[in-house]
Order: sequence, then structure tokens, then C-alpha cells
Amino acid sequence: MINLVRGKQPMPEQDANVRNQNFEEVSSGYTEDMAIREAMRCVNCRKGTCMTGCPVNVRIPDFIAKVAEGEFEAAYQIISETSSLPAICGRVCPQENQCEGHCAQGKKGEPVGIGRLERFVADWHAEHCGDEKIEPVPSNGHKVAVIGAGPAGLACAGDLINKGYEVTVFESLHKVGGVLVYGIPEFRLPKDIVAAEVAKLEAKGVKFVTNAIVGRAITVDELMDEEGFEAVFIGTGAGLPSFMKIPGENLLGVCSANEYLTRINLMKAYLPEYDTPIQHGDRIAIVGGGNVAMDAARCAKRMGASEVYIIYRRSMDELPARAEEVHHAMEEGIIFKLLTNPVAIKGDEKGFVTGIECVTMELGEPDASGRRKPVVVEGSNHIVPVDMVIMSIGTKLNTLILDTTENLEANEKGGIGTDEGAATNRPGIFAGGDAVTGAATVIKAMGAGKKAAASIDKYIQGLNK
Amino acid sequence: MKRFEVVSKRKLNENMTWLVIYAPLVARKARPGQFIILRTDEYGERIPLTMAGHDEEKGTIDLIYAAVGRTTMLMDQLEVGDCFADIVGPLGKPTHMEGLKKVCVVGGGTGNALAYPLATGMHAAGIEVDMIAGFKNKDLVILEEEFRAGTDNLYMVTDDGSYGEKAFTTDKLKELIAAGNQYDEIIAVGPPIMMKFVCQIAAENNIPSVASLTAYMIDGTGMCGGCRCNIGGEDKFVCVDGPEFDGALVDWDELIQRNTFYATEEADERAHVCRLTGGVRYHD
Repeated sequence: MINLVRGKQPMPEQDANVRNQNFEEVSSGYTEDMAIREAMRCVNCRKGTCMTGCPVNVRIPDFIAKVAEGEFEAAYQIISETSSLPAICGRVCPQENQCEGHCAQGKKGEPVGIGRLERFVADWHAEHCGDEKIEPVPSNGHKVAVIGAGPAGLACAGDLINKGYEVTVFESLHKVGGVLVYGIPEFRLPKDIVAAEVAKLEAKGVKFVTNAIVGRAITVDELMDEEGFEAVFIGTGAGLPSFMKIPGENLLGVCSANEYLTRINLMKAYLPEYDTPIQHGDRIAIVGGGNVAMDAARCAKRMGASEVYIIYRRSMDELPARAEEVHHAMEEGIIFKLLTNPVAIKGDEKGFVTGIECVTMELGEPDASGRRKPVVVEGSNHIVPVDMVIMSIGTKLNTLILDTTENLEANEKGGIGTDEGAATNRPGIFAGGDAVTGAATVIKAMGAGKKAAASIDKYIQGLNK
Repeated sequence: MKRFEVVSKRKLNENMTWLVIYAPLVARKARPGQFIILRTDEYGERIPLTMAGHDEEKGTIDLIYAAVGRTTMLMDQLEVGDCFADIVGPLGKPTHMEGLKKVCVVGGGTGNALAYPLATGMHAAGIEVDMIAGFKNKDLVILEEEFRAGTDNLYMVTDDGSYGEKAFTTDKLKELIAAGNQYDEIIAVGPPIMMKFVCQIAAENNIPSVASLTAYMIDGTGMCGGCRCNIGGEDKFVCVDGPEFDGALVDWDELIQRNTFYATEEADERAHVCRLTGGVRYHD
């Protein structure tokens, strides 16, 4: 039976004016009834175009069919065949550009809520089957090192341990999870979910070494030559935050979104028992329009700011953030100053931020990216009074691994160079995720980690023939 | 030995403590000038500290610190056998030593703890080292024996003359330059305001200078950007581009301003630590 409703089944959410005061998750997710009703909107079209939009090729129509039948654990098993971290992807993937963007139902109404269903299935599994005992996977005797415990590294480690490799993951921070723990806030991705996924990997036998900075404490070459790792996967993430290079950027009260989010998410500045210092701005401007900007803005509101602005130089149509985050941010009272671009940050005599000087933009001809290029409206300079500015305009690649690994080649973007199969120019060294592509998404990084795991398996099996 | 276990603890004076900590992954690659980031426990902040030394064979690193903030006060509560939650390193670039024949290292106050591995490391590398160690007064003097043993010439100065010569480090530096000492480089380690003037004196005498900067930072790998500073008109990150920079290029006024950012919050935290009975946290 098909559910002919054209709109997605809504997910129950905390009221916007309640949730913007706390760090609890925005939505509690579908109930079983809701999930079945939404799953029945899938017409199970023969083409399965949704799958073409998924970087890890989840068998979407098949798992949704199981949800419609009320066979939730069977649905989970289908997703697990290809996705390592469904509870996470269901929450943070930009589904509108991926699976849901290709959904046939989307042509007439809203696409099937694939992300919401994936999340439901993963949460259902955790609740009903989460305490299943996981046995360590017997070793095949081959050691692989994974550098960076973010989405790329976790996905790679997950696939390798399932194949029997002895996997050690090196992480430079004190906690495992990468952007899932330092970047994405609790209200969008509860950290217990990340911890549960990590615990599963540990139970299977993955070793995690925190506080280990590869490139300084130990190099990639040493891991291979001295520590006996036959292959290394580099998934070290995006790297150094970019700034605009406008006057006043080093005033007190200007920081990167990376810094602001790390203080809050990794180091729990919102909880009184943590020592983490943080500035409590009252009027805060976030510069940028991506997911990171939305996260920073929504955190700022929750940290008690009375007015929070998103300052973005293009229009709503070009805003790169995930649609749901923009929608949630607007509901929560974030003020969008679109077609606006900062030209300077103003401060008082002690160096504290007092305002951000902006110009108004209008959209001109399309640029290299195909988006209409924003052009300054002459004489439109104006000052938005704020006491804090958070820069969220992307990142530059960190070169530590490239600088410290013999003859490892970069790609044209400055990231680590790889072929289609995630292999670098050095035999046995593989790379994937933001460290290769520059800032992208969690799911793309996971896709790259999985691809690398397959290549590493092939490489090591080839060596040992 | 457990990871990050305190192996020995020695009080240098009322404020300053020398800890030796088991951290083999850090010790095996540590070089003078590099730093670590530590957390005392799960609730602690991450703070950077330049290493005062290391022993690759024993797998230990040395930290000398003044108990002036919440984290350093909590560090004072750790005894031999206790463990830090986290220590990551070595971070930053090591001190540049190639091509140097004679240098003057100028240490101010607690900065002398950080000057110690630089000065003695350079001396051990065959560089002639004049060391000016400046302190406010006699009670704050540290590491005199170590400096004397590990450098060529040691000049002890205090602001009030209660120990060594009554002089500021800058006065002593001017005097040594005027006396005809030919330095290839002057290295300043101490409060930013002292480093600013030391580097100015170096510039006036056409001598290259190097300053070891401290800044707020979280990860120490370039991710947060909190430690950015203006070096010759360009933004650099202390954690990955430093911590040592050409003293002539540092925007000192901006650096001094940026280092005051959390001053109010830090003062609150200090008051908070003092209320803790026996220094133990009220939560676990």
C-alpha cells in the first residue's frame, strides 16, 4: 500500500524557543507508526535513483520496504551492509543533495524522508538490539594504521576490522570522533551516539591511540618502517581556518568557527563543571553560510546571545548549508543578513569588538562555480553593532603530513594526492576525506574511508600472494 | 609506569614547580623550543606549555610552570604517581640552531623555565651562550645552578637588586652589546613586554632576534586559529608556524592585547580554585 500524502511526515521537535535555550537534540525522531507511514510514501520505483545519490550506496528502497513492513532490524541489517555509521548519517547528511534529491516523489511533492528513516532505523536498533555482545574479529595477521579518528578514519577502520585487519587509529585530540565530536553540536548529533559507534569498533578490536600527533610524535614512514604497519590511511581532515584578511580581524572577540565550536562541543563550555573559557557575546555575527556557520549561530543563541546574525554575501538560493539546518536556524531566531559582506571589524580602545562594517551586495553574472557572482553596491557601507564575530568561511589544508612524509605528493588543491581508489603515489599509503578534497561532508569522508579500506585490502592481499 | 604519570616533583620556589612526566611518545621526538598541550582531567581546559627538557631513554618530559591560573593550580595538586588526563606533543617547530656561533638568551621571570632548554640545548650543540636571567626579586630566582652548568656566561639580574646585579634584563643586554660581544642572534623568552624591548634593542644593533611566543590555543595543530598573531603583516599561527618568530616582525602590541582576552574569566577561575578544599575538584 502506498501513502499518497505529498509532504514528509514531520518529526516531533522541541519548540524553537525552548530548544534555542538548551543543547538537547532538536528532534526526538520518528515513532514506529510515523516511520511506517513515511516508509509507505516510497513507491519502490524500479530505478532506485535515490541510491545513485548516496556516496556509500545504501540499498535505500530495500531498507525502506522493510520499515514499511515493520521489520526494523531487517532494515538495519540492510543499511549496515554499506554504511558504518547510520545513526550519524541519518542526522547529518545533506540528503536534499544526495538520496532525497534523486527521489521520484520529490518531483511532485516532497521526497521520501530517507534521512529521517535511516535515523529511525539506527536508533531503533540501538534501543532494541544495542546491548548485543560484539565479539572481537579474529586477526588475519596484517597491521594497518589509520590517522585521524573522524568520519573517514572511523569508516575505514570499521571496514578493515571486519575483514580481520589489526587496526590502530591515531588521533591528535584527547577524544575520538573528529568533527563529529569537536564540530557538530550535541543538539544536532548527540555525542553518546558517536561514543556508541566508537565502542562497537573497540569491541571488535580496533585500537585507538589518542593524544598522538602523527607527523610530529611519529611519522608515517616510521609507522611503516619501524612499527610494522603494512598500510596507512590518512584521514586527517580539513585543517586551518581561513580568515578574510580584513582590518580588525585580530581584535578581541573575533574567532574562527572551529575555535568556537571546539570550545563548546569538544570541551563542553556550556556545562558549568568544565573549565573551558569562552566569550559570552550578546550580539554575535557569524560570517559564512555553510553548515559550520549554522552550527556556530545556533550554539551562540544557546550560549545566551540575544541577537545572532548570519552574514552571507550571496542570497538564500546559494546558501550552502543543509536545508534543515537553515530552517531550524530561522525558527530559532537567527537573523539572516544575506547579500551582505564584511569589509572591516571595529573595536574599542581596549581592542574589544564593537561592530562589523559591511557592504550590501547584488548578484551579477554567474562565476566559475556557476553561481551568480555577488557585486558590491557602491556606497552601501553600514555598521552592524556586535561584540563578537565568528569567521566561518572555510579552511585551508594542513600540510603537516605532506611535509613530514617522504616524497608524498599533493594534489592541485594542496591536499594529499590520490587516485580513484584513494591510493597516494606512495605504495601502501592511502588517503581520503577532507585531507584530500578540502572541506566537504561527513558522508563523503566516510565514502572515501570505505573506498580506501577496499583498496588497502586489495593492496595487502596482493603483497601476500 | 602509566601514561602521563608524574615521575618526580620539585618545588623551585613558592610559585614554581618542576615536574617530570612519563610521556614516551612525546619524549622520543621532543626538541628544544617545542611545546605540549595538557589536560589535568576530564573537566580541565587544554593549555600549552613549552617543555623544559626531555629524556628520550626514560620516556619522560620536563615541565616547569608557575601556579598562576586554574589549570596550573590544579597541576600543583598532582603528586608523584598521579597522572595527567592528556598530554600531546611535541608541537610547534624546534628552535633553529644551524649556523649560529654565539648567542645571547634573555629570560624574564617564569620565562626562564622556557629559556632553560633553549640556552642549554644550544650550548650542548656547541654554540657559545651568554645567558641573562632576570627576576623581580631573590625569592623568585630559579634554575641558577642549571644555567651556570649549561651555558658559557650567566648574568643574574633582579629588578630590586636583592640578588645578583640590580638591573633589568634590557639594561644588561645593552651593556653586553656595548662591551663588544658579537652575537649572531638574541633569543627572548619572557613576558611579551620584555620580549618587545629585547627585540627592539637587537634591531637597533642590527642583530637578528627570535622570540618564543605564547598564545591561547586549543588543539595545537592549526585547527582553531586562536593563536594567530601578526608577523610582518601576515597572520601566522603560533602552534604550527611558531612558537618562535623573528622578533623584529612581531606585532607586540597586538600580541599583548590578545593575551588579555580571557583575563577576567581567568581571575574568576582562580578565585574558584582557592575555594576548593585541598585542591580536589568537587565533582568526579
